[in-house]
Amino acid sequence: MKPIQIITSRCVVLPMENIDTDQIIPARFLKVITKNGLGQWLFADWRYDRDGAPRSDFVLNQPESAGAQVLVAGDNFGCGSSREHAPWALLDHGFRAVVSTSIADIFRSNALKNGLLPVVIDPETHRRLTAHPGATVTIDLEACTITLPDQTCTSFPIDAFARNCMLRGTDELGFLLAQEEAIAAYEREFS
Amino acid sequence: MIRRTLFEKVWDAHLVRPERADTPAVFYIDLHLIHEVTSPQAFSLLRERKLRARRPERAIATMDHSTPTTPRNPDGRLSIVDTQAATQIRQLETNCKEFGIRLFALGSDRQGIIHVIGPELGFTQPGRTIVCGDSHTSTHGAFGALAFGIGTTEVAHVLATQCLLQRKPKTFAIQVEGQLPHGVTAKDLILAIIARIGIGGGTGHVIEYTGPAIRALSMEERMTVCNMSIEAGARAGMIAPDDTTFDYLAGRPEAPQGPAWEQALKAWRRLPSDEGAAYDREVTIDASSLEPMITYGTNPGMVIPIRGVVPDSSNQTTQEKSLRYMGLRPGQRLLGHPIDVVFIGSCTNSRLSDLRLAASLLKGQKVAPGVRVLVVPGSQQVKKQAETEGLDRIFREAGAEWRESGCSMCIAMNGDQVQPGQYAVSTSNRNFEGRQGVGSRTFLASPLTAAAAAITGRITDVRELLK
Repeated sequence: MKPIQIITSRCVVLPMENIDTDQIIPARFLKVITKNGLGQWLFADWRYDRDGAPRSDFVLNQPESAGAQVLVAGDNFGCGSSREHAPWALLDHGFRAVVSTSIADIFRSNALKNGLLPVVIDPETHRRLTAHPGATVTIDLEACTITLPDQTCTSFPIDAFARNCMLRGTDELGFLLAQEEAIAAYEREFS
Repeated sequence: MIRRTLFEKVWDAHLVRPERADTPAVFYIDLHLIHEVTSPQAFSLLRERKLRARRPERAIATMDHSTPTTPRNPDGRLSIVDTQAATQIRQLETNCKEFGIRLFALGSDRQGIIHVIGPELGFTQPGRTIVCGDSHTSTHGAFGALAFGIGTTEVAHVLATQCLLQRKPKTFAIQVEGQLPHGVTAKDLILAIIARIGIGGGTGHVIEYTGPAIRALSMEERMTVCNMSIEAGARAGMIAPDDTTFDYLAGRPEAPQGPAWEQALKAWRRLPSDEGAAYDREVTIDASSLEPMITYGTNPGMVIPIRGVVPDSSNQTTQEKSLRYMGLRPGQRLLGHPIDVVFIGSCTNSRLSDLRLAASLLKGQKVAPGVRVLVVPGSQQVKKQAETEGLDRIFREAGAEWRESGCSMCIAMNGDQVQPGQYAVSTSNRNFEGRQGVGSRTFLASPLTAAAAAITGRITDVRELLK
């Protein structure tokens, strides 16, 4: 995965709460055996009409959304299915961070493993972001802060280990493989 | 003495390396369940890194999500018309062969929904840690296992190392007092629990369901409850093992036998939470006051008693979008609302007892004109048992379709779909927009409520038919 240090970008806002992974990428697009090209199906049923034409009233189809790397969404983003295709689709589309007041457990775990930064902030900061779609924010992973256009700066929590992996662009598998001796010892004793 | 909860006992017993401030715990996985949709990229990662499956005998696989449920060909085979699905299914066959993983393949007599076959074959056992690239892995917690859904990268981690990196979740006790009234099922109970704690109410927590109403549930009912723990955002749901659990497991093909069974029983009896063990959060619910439940919106937390009205919500954006999609308005009663499709199936409600419940109402009745009813057993074993009891005949004679086993219309990946704008009463677990097909509108309910709707063609209070 690509290392993340600082993301400065305009925000795309989807204010709805409880956006589930079936909305992020509907199940019929999961019949694949690679991770490639899933961005075209990101939010497919909100983004395209029944004939496959882009809906002009959906935020991702509006010109000011082009190139945005930060998605601001309502509470409990990414609930539902465990499909890792959801963060794959968001990343393939160009997003590098998702900001909400809470993010569902499995989605957060999947996001962290792929270099999509989950940023959980307080309701007041979130309200200010959703009230100003298109605002430019700076997310600093080293400092664990998000800075709004008025220069107010809010910190966000992130697991120390996942943060280090993201800063370096390394995945967790290497760390797990390095535990071989401890795993073998556990198996000798317990299984 | 340190008093520990069921979850803490299972957690502690699987720590290869405890968590520290800078690193999560290295957590051992006993059983890995694999299906065709969330595993191909994990096997690819292993190939890229030139890794083998570390303990292939600790994994089992089946195909369930994108498999056809239409009747078999005269030669007994199932034909897959969707080329993408066929490729994915073939890929799972190749991967299992190459990595030495036991596969219950499409067409075999042990194929079925992964969360149905794990328990029925006896793989799911108390105290085990169980994962699957599927959020409804929480189902297996009904046995006092710690079972949770993971992503595809983690599927690769478990294949390669038999471990995951985990932070310890918080604990949440849901104590269910009293007794479920007639016509109110385990499905209604879990929907009522989600209504109470909210769709994100369990986030970061492992729920333990306790209390007399839980003790009184059969294993299949307990699985229905634990299955939908994820719909409240919980990491997992668990129920302490007891004689109901042991009676269910005894004699299952993969359950311990002979002296090993006695030894396992001793260990399993030590699993229930210690008296006075503390939880991070506790909620009490009275089962006696519950009614049949039905969802009205586009997530499982948008749920009301069957005679209730669609509520107003504090979040207007979310509520308005949801009700517009459903074609409903605040203040509206759902009772009597016409429906087009009834789906009885899914890892929530496709086991023998679910089919028996539905059949008990449909016996000698006819499906309402214009309503399509799909009954999809959870596994080939369930299908066989149901046919032995003659349930298939009851469904067919009523005018329902009797299908082969799979996830089917719960996730609509295999061609079984609700058409745009149609209303379905479904025994599945998710009423998300488009979940049962583009534009599909889902009312989640129990097998009893679904069968009642099949007969009347409308949303019905099943208690009226049970009188």
